[in-house]
Amino acid sequence: MRVTQGAFSYLPDLTDDEIAAQVAYALDRGWPCSIEFTDDPHPRNTYWEMWGLPMFDLTDPAGVVDAVNECRRAHPDSYIRVNAYDASYGRQTTALSFIVHRPAHEPGFRIDREELSGRRVRARLHPYALDRPRKAG
Amino acid sequence: MSSASRWSAGVIPYAEMGYWRPDYEPKDTDVLAAFRITPQPGVPPEEAGAAVAGESSTATWTVVWTDRLTSYDRYQGKCYRVDAVPGREGEFIARVAYDLDLFEEGSIANLTSSIIGNVFGFKALKALRLEDMRLPTHYIKTFQGPPHGIVMEREYLGKFGRPLLGATVKPKLGLSARNYGRVVYEALRGGLDFTKDDENINSQPFMRWRDRFLFCMEAVDRAQAATGEVKGHYMNVTAATMEDMYERAEFARDIGSVIIMIDLTVGYTAIQSMAKWARRNGVLLHLHRAGHSTYTRQKTHGVSFRVIAKWMRLAGVDHLHAGTVVGKLEGDPGSVAGFYDTLRLDRVAADPRKGLYFDQDWASLPGTMPVASGGIHAGQMHQLLHHLGEDVVLQFGGGTIGHPMGIAAGATANRVALEAMIKARNEGRDVLAEGPDILRAAARHSRELDVALSTWGDVSFAFESTDTPDVLETPVSI
Repeated sequence: MRVTQGAFSYLPDLTDDEIAAQVAYALDRGWPCSIEFTDDPHPRNTYWEMWGLPMFDLTDPAGVVDAVNECRRAHPDSYIRVNAYDASYGRQTTALSFIVHRPAHEPGFRIDREELSGRRVRARLHPYALDRPRKAG
Repeated sequence: MSSASRWSAGVIPYAEMGYWRPDYEPKDTDVLAAFRITPQPGVPPEEAGAAVAGESSTATWTVVWTDRLTSYDRYQGKCYRVDAVPGREGEFIARVAYDLDLFEEGSIANLTSSIIGNVFGFKALKALRLEDMRLPTHYIKTFQGPPHGIVMEREYLGKFGRPLLGATVKPKLGLSARNYGRVVYEALRGGLDFTKDDENINSQPFMRWRDRFLFCMEAVDRAQAATGEVKGHYMNVTAATMEDMYERAEFARDIGSVIIMIDLTVGYTAIQSMAKWARRNGVLLHLHRAGHSTYTRQKTHGVSFRVIAKWMRLAGVDHLHAGTVVGKLEGDPGSVAGFYDTLRLDRVAADPRKGLYFDQDWASLPGTMPVASGGIHAGQMHQLLHHLGEDVVLQFGGGTIGHPMGIAAGATANRVALEAMIKARNEGRDVLAEGPDILRAAARHSRELDVALSTWGDVSFAFESTDTPDVLETPVSI
């Protein structure tokens, strides 16, 4: 399966140049970028691990792409996303977020169903990725 | 008029009773209204404007001595300006100021009972339309507003940087609950963020609400597992009584739905009650504007949708249908831009091209996400992005479910078109001019989009709008 979170998951994976173009769009608007990674793609997993702090003072898109590539080398089996943050009044939230790296195999999810009274079902989404033993450290 | 004659028993013109006040300077705390008035022959426009001010505030048809027991000048609506509408003979815009004391805090029902209560049937006017209102921040702060708002909705769903996508399940009447849920599953797994009950899907003999909710939730859960994304189905809890609506909303919450919906037909008070419920329970609230065209569409009589949009942002809904520009339903580009600004911005400047008569400061009330629905398809993605921007739910009902390769393929076509257009815009391309090229390029790696473009690429609805701003000619095609 393919996790389709983020703004561009229905397109072919972005090249480094395409990532740089999106980063340039964000920086032009004054939105600093950050990089996050995780091995748990559950849609309610809000807080992926931060690859360093948000790059508040960085003005060159190539710097973000370099950092993406460092993160890829360190975490080749993780999902990695780039976020752009809009701190302006009235927004003060993420303005753009897209996946830039995926594990070679995306195992997907299963549903664990608990049958309740009155035909209700409590569904719990279980990422298969969490069944594998985690790497130490 | 002398004090003595003002109080003589009998009938005197409204203008002479103090409702025409060309010297009046509106206060920051006043509620302001702009009415389009069409007086009967022989009625001067100032008198007609004064009559509107009078009948929407303190006046009755004759002099009453009991006015003298009050500080009536404060409570009188004051018509302070009347302008002829260029190019439309017999029509005038009358501006009326109302003291804030006339209105109960936080009550749309009370506000509307005054402003559109009796006055619309008044015989001295051939027609009357409420075009716009300026709501003072002092009044806005007495309303809850949207339960979540645009920013919180995006954080809740984890979706940023693109419009959201939805579809209304079709056919809207007659599907069994199990088949209905199949449509929901296919559309969501194919790439939509939301599916939607239509306005008249409540709890009918062919499908009762509880059965529908259960099958739809199974479909939502399965689609989340298939994509790893948060998905939602607008569960329509519209019902005959508040007790029924609360029961359905609580059930939707308990089985895990992120969103519920109500229809405009439930009434302003019911909408405000559901808005409070939605914030209390962390469930997004979608409002379908069922019935609005009966009073919003005609240019000379009724209430403009921009006023309804203001009232609904105050009443507190997270989503409101507000037009597509390019689809099958009424809405010229300028007017629709005015509706979208009204729902989304914190400060909205008066702009006659958008039909906005007043500056409006929302005092940090959260924004309502506009919804574009009705006769739109993937081939229009560049126009939709150009006219409607990023904070919008684009709903493709027929344009998803009618796809020749199936519902999921229709959903994928829409999602591919959307993501390709956002990516191209961010890369600096002129999407309005290059849109068809961008779509064709994206279709090279998506058979779903390719088929959608060849099925609907040329469909458009080029009819003249009836409700347009006065300053622009009506465009007949986009």
